Amino acid sequence: MVKDMPLNVQRREIVIPGELLADGKYLAGANTIKEGDAIYATRVGLANIEGNRIAVVALAGCYIPAVGDQVIGRIVDIGLSGWQVDIDAPYPAMLPASEAVDHRQEHLKQDLTRILDVGDLIIAKVLAFDRTRDPLLTIKDQGLGRITSGRVVKISPAKVPRLIGRKGSMISMIKRETGCQVIVGKNGRILVSSRYPFREQVAVAAIYKIDREAHIEGLTDRVREMIRRMIMDASIHPE
Amino acid sequence: MPRSIQNKSDRLIGKDGIRVDGRRLDELRPIKMEVGILDKADGSAYIEQGKNKIMVAVFGPREAHPKHVALTDRAVLRCRYHMAPFSTEERRSPAPSRRDMELSKVIREALEPAVISQLYPRTTIDVFAEILQSDGGTRCASITAASLALADAGIPMRDMVAACAVGKVDGEIVLDPCDIEDKNGEADLPVAIMPNLGMITLLQMDGKLSKEEFERGLNMAIKACVEIHGRQREALKNKYLEIERSMEEYGGEEQ
Repeated sequence: MVKDMPLNVQRREIVIPGELLADGKYLAGANTIKEGDAIYATRVGLANIEGNRIAVVALAGCYIPAVGDQVIGRIVDIGLSGWQVDIDAPYPAMLPASEAVDHRQEHLKQDLTRILDVGDLIIAKVLAFDRTRDPLLTIKDQGLGRITSGRVVKISPAKVPRLIGRKGSMISMIKRETGCQVIVGKNGRILVSSRYPFREQVAVAAIYKIDREAHIEGLTDRVREMIRRMIMDASIHPE
Repeated sequence: MPRSIQNKSDRLIGKDGIRVDGRRLDELRPIKMEVGILDKADGSAYIEQGKNKIMVAVFGPREAHPKHVALTDRAVLRCRYHMAPFSTEERRSPAPSRRDMELSKVIREALEPAVISQLYPRTTIDVFAEILQSDGGTRCASITAASLALADAGIPMRDMVAACAVGKVDGEIVLDPCDIEDKNGEADLPVAIMPNLGMITLLQMDGKLSKEEFERGLNMAIKACVEIHGRQREALKNKYLEIERSMEEYGGEEQ
């Protein structure tokens, strides 16, 4: 930190909109605005200082699609040439039929419900999105498509980065400890699947804990401890 | 001790400068704020200011319905101020009145400068303020609570908005008038500000104030808004700190 550049907050301190973060030659990062030399927070979150860039890690907020994001959505309507998908964003997403089937299977276009019906859950990727047009999805890639088993749980999209952790540390720990398959949609919907319902339950409990306690440090250790305790308790007192 | 007034000739301010509800001239009513109380809303807040009880829910940014209200370059902010039928002494018709419509507009315009709506084009942000019990100064309390609910919903804002009114009663400038003072007073001056940016987003006046009284009243209101803003900050941070506290308690029990 350079002298004479007052910093108003500490790292990981909870800030609210309009709170003065710093005054001086700092750069304004995510969720902040700069007025002159003063940097203010624009959302409720945790202050984050990296070098001379000040940002706020938001603790609440909606999902805004970005190209390349993997999301979990629900089919809400079927049109002539595709599906409308609810991805928990302020914009309705479209999944065109051409992004769901091979061109060779053209005849399937006759009846789209045979591929996906209203109410089906899908893992999809955002193919295109900008502020002027609604998001376009695809299920053509590896690992995408209709969800056939498991549980989908919902958390705040703002907490998704915390669920993944630094370089995926949190999510890989959950997978390792519970033995579940976990697929994270950037829109805050998470698919948990395992052959053992109890293990699914443990993973879901861990995910909810992260949603609730995302702003408190030492989360990975606490979650690991919780998972181990739950699994141990179950083995001591089997139902 | 609160004193009730028997008839109109009763003065609302005693010789000792104490008001009908026992406050000093520049004293706010007791305020209680809470954030994140509704599960179904994206953001919510509850405020008690004296006998006022107001609940605010925020939804959005979400898809605009009907579609033609959407704007291509920013989000539309929509507000609904509504008094519950049981919020006043005599039953109030639940249908939106002329006054409700006006206050909805006033509240929207007080919040609009704070919300960074350009980030979410073609969407709407809906604010619902429900007055459960009213005792004067509900528009200001609604603005204070609405700004809390917006922040709770994670909607980007330049600053919080805090509001407070000043009135003229028995020839004296008083802070945060209650219903009796409001109805029998000579003037009413609601003010909303963005405290960190030092900007006024709402300034209304009815009745008559001299230039000197207006200036004194405005300064009084701004000072009160800054105090209210402090309470807002506390309430917002409390939501997250409470989780931490409850966690420590739980952890302590286990050991």
